[in-house]
Amino acid sequence: MRDFARRFFASDIWWSYKSSPLVVVASIITAIIIFSSVFATYVAPYNPFDLTQFDLMDSLKPPVWMADGTSKFLLGTDDQGRDVLSTILYGSRVSLLVGFFSVIFAMIIGIVVGLVAGYSGGWVDAVLMRVADVQLSFPAILIALLVDGVARGLLPKNSHDELAVYVLIVAIALSFWVQYARTVRSSTMVERTKEYVQAAQVIGLPQPLILFRHILPNVMGPVLVIATIQLALAVITEATLSFLGVGVPPTSPSLGTLIRVGNDYLFSGEWWITVFPGVALVILVLAVNILGDWLRDALNPKLR
Amino acid sequence: MLTVALIAFALFQFVGDPISNLVGQDTSTEEREQLKQDLGLNDSIVVQFGRFVGNAVQGEFGRSYRLRKPVKELIAERFPATLELSLLSAFLALLIGIPMGVYTALNRNSWLSQGFMTLSLIGISLPTFLIGIFLILFFGVMLQWLPTFGRGDTVSIGWWTTGFLTVSGWKSLIMPAITLAIFQMTLIVRLIRAEMLEVLRSDYIKFARARGLKERSISFSHALKNTLVPVITIIGLQIGSLIAFAIITESVFQWPGMGLLFIQAIEEVDIPIMSAYLLLIAFVFVVINLVVDILYYSIDPRLRMD
Amino acid sequence: MSLLKIEGMRVEFPSRRGSIVATKDVNLELAAGEILGIVGESGAGKSTIANAILDLLDPPGIMPKGKIFLEGERIDGLSLDEMRKIRGRRIGMIFQDPLTSLNPLQTIEEQLVETIVTHLDVSVARALERAIEMLDKVGIPDPAIRIKHYPHQFSGGMRQRVVIALSLCADPDVILADEPTTALDVSIQAQILDLMRKLVKETGVGMIIITHDMGVISDICDRVMVMYRGDVVEVGTTQKILGNPDHPYTKSLISAVPRPDKRIDRFPLVEYIEEAGVAHKSIDVKTHWLGKSRDFDNSKSEFLVSVKNLEMRFRTVNSIFPSKRKYLRAVDDVSFDIRAGEVFGLVGESGSGKSTVARMISGIYTPHAGNIFFDGADLTALSSRKAVNHYRRQMQMIFQDPFSSLNGRMRVADIVAEPIKFHKLASSNAEVKSIVNDLLDHVGLGAIAAKKFPHEFSGGQRQRISIARALATRPRFLICDEPTSALDVSIQAQVLNLLKDLQEELSLTMLFISHDLPVIRQVCDRVAVMRDGKLVEVADSEDLFKNPQSDYAKHLLDLMPRLVSA
Repeated sequence: MRDFARRFFASDIWWSYKSSPLVVVASIITAIIIFSSVFATYVAPYNPFDLTQFDLMDSLKPPVWMADGTSKFLLGTDDQGRDVLSTILYGSRVSLLVGFFSVIFAMIIGIVVGLVAGYSGGWVDAVLMRVADVQLSFPAILIALLVDGVARGLLPKNSHDELAVYVLIVAIALSFWVQYARTVRSSTMVERTKEYVQAAQVIGLPQPLILFRHILPNVMGPVLVIATIQLALAVITEATLSFLGVGVPPTSPSLGTLIRVGNDYLFSGEWWITVFPGVALVILVLAVNILGDWLRDALNPKLR
Repeated sequence: MLTVALIAFALFQFVGDPISNLVGQDTSTEEREQLKQDLGLNDSIVVQFGRFVGNAVQGEFGRSYRLRKPVKELIAERFPATLELSLLSAFLALLIGIPMGVYTALNRNSWLSQGFMTLSLIGISLPTFLIGIFLILFFGVMLQWLPTFGRGDTVSIGWWTTGFLTVSGWKSLIMPAITLAIFQMTLIVRLIRAEMLEVLRSDYIKFARARGLKERSISFSHALKNTLVPVITIIGLQIGSLIAFAIITESVFQWPGMGLLFIQAIEEVDIPIMSAYLLLIAFVFVVINLVVDILYYSIDPRLRMD
Repeated sequence: MSLLKIEGMRVEFPSRRGSIVATKDVNLELAAGEILGIVGESGAGKSTIANAILDLLDPPGIMPKGKIFLEGERIDGLSLDEMRKIRGRRIGMIFQDPLTSLNPLQTIEEQLVETIVTHLDVSVARALERAIEMLDKVGIPDPAIRIKHYPHQFSGGMRQRVVIALSLCADPDVILADEPTTALDVSIQAQILDLMRKLVKETGVGMIIITHDMGVISDICDRVMVMYRGDVVEVGTTQKILGNPDHPYTKSLISAVPRPDKRIDRFPLVEYIEEAGVAHKSIDVKTHWLGKSRDFDNSKSEFLVSVKNLEMRFRTVNSIFPSKRKYLRAVDDVSFDIRAGEVFGLVGESGSGKSTVARMISGIYTPHAGNIFFDGADLTALSSRKAVNHYRRQMQMIFQDPFSSLNGRMRVADIVAEPIKFHKLASSNAEVKSIVNDLLDHVGLGAIAAKKFPHEFSGGQRQRISIARALATRPRFLICDEPTSALDVSIQAQVLNLLKDLQEELSLTMLFISHDLPVIRQVCDRVAVMRDGKLVEVADSEDLFKNPQSDYAKHLLDLMPRLVSA
């Protein structure tokens, strides 16, 4: 373990991390957002779902620095008198949850399909990649909408809200796996012809072992980069779907739901209900994107 | 295309019960059966699929469950709005995105490039609907310069309605078009930059330098042209996806296009509209793929062999 | 006054771990009509010189010291615009790989005409005439038609001719050629070298050829400059350097080049090269794990490996209709036998199918037709995995590219232990560990290597790891597919010595594949010559080299570069 730490701190990746202040800031922000949303119950000033903690009397209060603002609600309150800061913290928890799980789900599908297609080649490859191509020609958001629509049709109406989060995760994952599959497939095809794989064949190792022990670790680099960038995209997609009204229901709102709800008050002047969740969303996505960008450059030996 | 038709048809078959969507709770069983018969829902699946494809080719997609109007009419009504919006956005995205990408690749370390790259990073981090909301907030609500919803006044040319010919049409178009263009533009910038940097590292560019060719010629006639080969497919797909991305923009700006129709259809599980929309999108992609192939063919001599 | 002169050139590549000095203090002079060779092993800094002359150093390279004169005028530190007028117009450059040096989207005409018009004050029509003349000059048939073609329509050798035409078309005074024939087959290499010699004679340009190949030097150069780790160690006429070198590095470099003229027992140990393996503690093969061969039966026949009518096709045109598919016969009706305990060579140019044969024997490819017998058993008839693995274990393979033949994500210890564990050749983890350490020590790396990752080793050391991995199944039969062609000569000599030692010690049978005839002569007992997938000749190697029977073998032997010896 100490050996690993020493290696890590001497590595180019650590060095390029240290020498880029933007990346350091982005990673700190990401860490803070993840921390405070995971522990939202403790961090947030109020629990927006506890009916005893908010009061309609407090509704539509502006942020603290404005004329009617009160220090009780730093970022103001929404139409039901809930503290906007608290709803944001609870909302980003839902957003991150959906983002993480859909990315992991998509990654698993994509890696398996990519490895199998890239290694076996022939008609297996042709069929899998044709499916991927067809799907790729539709934007992720459309696929997600479609899966969501189908799920709405198939599931009984009264369970929509309970299952919404799961449906959303599946919908986003199903629209994202192609990226991984294509990347893993093309790297696998490159790795497959490399001599270390042939050496493993000569030793007599069975194919699954070659695939998972030898090829998989060598194709994981680009996968991690995509995963980071897609985490950002998944959060955006989730927010978009929720904004469009087909995502997370208002009973356990995500950032997108909050923006959708607040959007109705945009014209009457209560901009903070929409703008603050929006800003929170942008900061989160931007920070993750900066990390993803940096990771891509740091892992790409050609740019060093 | 046929694959998509199958998916669209499967939607019809397996998702939801169209009858219960069409009628109220108190409709009798006989009435339901009658309706089923009328809609041809009692025929075998193969027959239904054949009829579905046949109708689709003629542009017939049945009637909307919700609006009780032929889907064909609904789509024809909405199509011009979406197409005008998408075309203007595509135009903006390409016109700004390509030069920006080339510039940032050629002058990697200049301040302007760094600025462009920061902007593009922010660009991909901004969800489309938020861009729309912020634009509405500034130019619509605070400054009151531009209208925040609808298409403004339109002029009909035959069945086509256009907003290009009126001032209010243009005014209404500006914000949605920018909103829709920004995400695609940033993608194009980043894509062009990455590919071009790759090309600039290649041996033939180094050899061109070693022959003393002019920098302008190296950058544009050698490097840019080689960059376009891998980029053109993805840009084609991106442009195609504008029509689908328009769903979000249309929803933010209450733009009366197909996207808005589709999103309402999803909320109500209005299958005929969903499947018609899907087929239309697939058709657009087929057309775009064709154009991309032709472009490929004219750029890359290696494909002209056989 | 010399045509090109370099004084005290120092080139550095700054990095966060301090500057890497590519060349320290290079002085050089080139006269008109002269061919100067710069020779050295990888990392010697020879290519850096050419790039620095034209101000084309890859970033972050810089030249903090030194002066470059072209006909008495200083050309270092010129502005980009002034430098551009020198590139191509006064100094032309030829790169190594003709496949990537040409813009794939432009015709040869567009590339030539643009270069000519940029530098010479001529009309486009006149430039086209000149371009056609140039193509004719570099030996491209039907130049007026071929000029309309795109690069992908030319073969590798023809493309290198086009590259030469491009470098010469603006009539430069100096040509810098960076490994101009390395990517080409021997027969094409000879043609290109002839062409370059002829062009220098006709046009009176001065030429610098950068190469790692002593054969190229002896073939074409008037003078030679030897480089070692950024320093010039010796300069002199080709005769002097090859025949009677002064510097110990030059001496050891030349002694490491495999001799084509006679077979010697071992390569002389090269003391100048620092990478020489750690002296290994000897293990007694009779008692050690490595020497135990109880699980192999004594050979049932004279031949350990026999292949009969082997055939392999690759599909070149794909179609769902079997009749429309087109195939390339990579290996066509090949049969030969390898005696137990001998080193059997397989030689041929690229595309001759020699590696494909090796991959069929080792089980990576499945042959379309034919049989492979190992120790009397027909491997192509075996179906159960277990039965195949029994034989697989007895044959191992060493690959060409030391950088891709080891899994970069695994530690050396795990790489070498994997076959032992998979075939259950040791009873405990502790035993595996001690065997791995012994193996690494035995191939000259030392047991400390076990904890490291492959990227921490040089090419030669990685090849030793590959050898240790191959030995880890206690094989009887070792397939070596161009095991040293990616290595520098001095490293090659050491690796070949190691293979020879192991072969004797463990009485291994070997199939040794190479395109390099001198190496074949030094290593092999018998040789098979392949061409276009077919076997041309099989003979004892001494017989083949002294008295080749087939025309093709004669042709190959004629092309073999011979060093001028004193």
